[in-house]
Amino acid sequence: MKWFRGGGIAGFIIRRVLLGVLVLFLVSAIVFLSTQALGDPARAILGRDATPDRLAALQKQLNLDSSKLAQYFQWLGGLLHLDLGTSLASSQPVTEVLGDRLVNSAVLVVLAAVISVPISIAIGSYAALRREKIFDTVSSNLMLVLAALPEFVVALLLVILLSFNVFHVFPPTSPVPVGTKPWDYPDELVLPVTTLVIAVAPYVSRIMRASMIEVLESDYVEMARLKGLPERTVLVRHALPNAIGPVFQVIAINLAYLAGGVVVIEAVFNYPGIGLALVDAVTNHDIPVVQALAMLIAAVYVVLNLLADVATILVTPRLRTRL
Amino acid sequence: MTIETAPAKAEGVDTPTPAVRSTTLLARSLRLWRTRIGAVLGLILVLIAIVGPLVAPHASDEFITKPFSSGAASGTMFGTDYLGYDVLSRFLYGGRSILVIAVISTAIGVTLGVVIGLVAAYARNSLDDVLMRLMDVIMAFPQIMLALVAVSLVGAKNWVIIVAIALTTAPRVARVARGAAQPVVERDFIGATEAMGMSRIRILSGELLPNILGPMMVETTLRLTYSISVISALAFLGLAANPDAPNWGTMIQKNQGALSYQPWGALLPIMAIALLTMSTGLIGDGIARTAAGIDRERGDE
Repeated sequence: MKWFRGGGIAGFIIRRVLLGVLVLFLVSAIVFLSTQALGDPARAILGRDATPDRLAALQKQLNLDSSKLAQYFQWLGGLLHLDLGTSLASSQPVTEVLGDRLVNSAVLVVLAAVISVPISIAIGSYAALRREKIFDTVSSNLMLVLAALPEFVVALLLVILLSFNVFHVFPPTSPVPVGTKPWDYPDELVLPVTTLVIAVAPYVSRIMRASMIEVLESDYVEMARLKGLPERTVLVRHALPNAIGPVFQVIAINLAYLAGGVVVIEAVFNYPGIGLALVDAVTNHDIPVVQALAMLIAAVYVVLNLLADVATILVTPRLRTRL
Repeated sequence: MTIETAPAKAEGVDTPTPAVRSTTLLARSLRLWRTRIGAVLGLILVLIAIVGPLVAPHASDEFITKPFSSGAASGTMFGTDYLGYDVLSRFLYGGRSILVIAVISTAIGVTLGVVIGLVAAYARNSLDDVLMRLMDVIMAFPQIMLALVAVSLVGAKNWVIIVAIALTTAPRVARVARGAAQPVVERDFIGATEAMGMSRIRILSGELLPNILGPMMVETTLRLTYSISVISALAFLGLAANPDAPNWGTMIQKNQGALSYQPWGALLPIMAIALLTMSTGLIGDGIARTAAGIDRERGDE
């Protein structure tokens, strides 16, 4: 897209936003097509006692008698007004069904991010400073192994270790009852959040280590040291800000990944968030809820990637001048 | 696949460095301890998954005694599961389907991804942009979510799971393949093959592909790790093709309630999946390090 250059940082941000909107538009088309073309929701609701009369009535009620294209734009228009339709399973608006659950999942993801990002940046940086020494070897190998484990296996190993078989410290499930908030049960949040932290930390710390090693070998860090600056200043003022640029991308990708990763984690801990809602909606063929969640998770992914691109540009002077 | 004769070194001419054979890379990566450990672990688990059903003491649907009995009470090594079947036999039967589906879906996904990535890198025009934006769209869905949605629409059938995983694997591979192939496309020997009138397919498969084999092998092991994760997670969520068939993911789901008093039914498959993904992770890292080492020796980086 060579016609699409120039304009400095503002131009870059506008381009990325437009691209993001384009991707989301395509995503919405795919979500709609795949959920509509493959099954008649009216038939799915009525199941075996679908008489032609009742089927026609329900189809009219669900607006299924208009053309597919009209249905798509109606649905898309609803999305833009945050009207996500009506859940087939509970006959309540989807926004109402998902509202609390969204908050619950957001609590998990935000807590996991706030805890894992500083920890993994610290681990990665320290491993880079002590390259090939014992801390680096141990943490690198540990992170390699942890990165390979599926999240639900990590979750279950934590349950085995901390709830059931070795220690009995934390509750094995986190069923936040309706009407209460997850932060009322801090001990129930420990295991799910720890699982998510373990799922993210390996990737962030690994890229931080690699980035830091590169920066530490650079001329300007050498220069800063030769000027006689205290090692502390060299690291905090010169090395860290330059090393952190590439890490934003990985953090964003991992946060977006968390939005998907919570699906399984919530099922393990029976935690009432969007993940459990998705599993329930999938089991009940509750198509409006599946559509809404698919759009939501895709939107989170697109927005996070956008923010990462912009943040990377803003913190990396080298890239800023190249625009 | 590789260029057999050493090309004459001429001053100022970009002579193609012979691509590393995949077998050479594998053999050299086995000098690293992590690759050896990974290979041994992987071999053991693959053996369990494939030979297991032949040596299992009981049939996979043979009722022994009441559910969640201890080993001593039921006369078996690890007790009985939620159905009253022998845990050890169910475990020995339960790896095959996960492994087979993971390998097939990863193979399809990686092949598709490499083709898309190479075509995009070689095209260097709007086709490149269009292909990569399409990949962005698919990547906006986390693997597990797309698989869940597919299963909800069509049903938990093996081919649905395979298609969903292959489809979500391909764009991620395509991105890496394109990134690795881009610098190769710019080199002189590609221009030379074009001048020789070589067909596009032969350039892609004969010239580009051998030069990105290293990163692609690493990517394949990584993708295999994720495929195993997603497939076992689906079974764990109760979405295996046959919910009564022995399957490590299903075993964990159904037996986890008894973790506190009769842990083996869940513990054995948990350990098996953990060690299996660990082994592919270790092998992948070993290959990555070896490939990086070879690049350094040649002064590519």
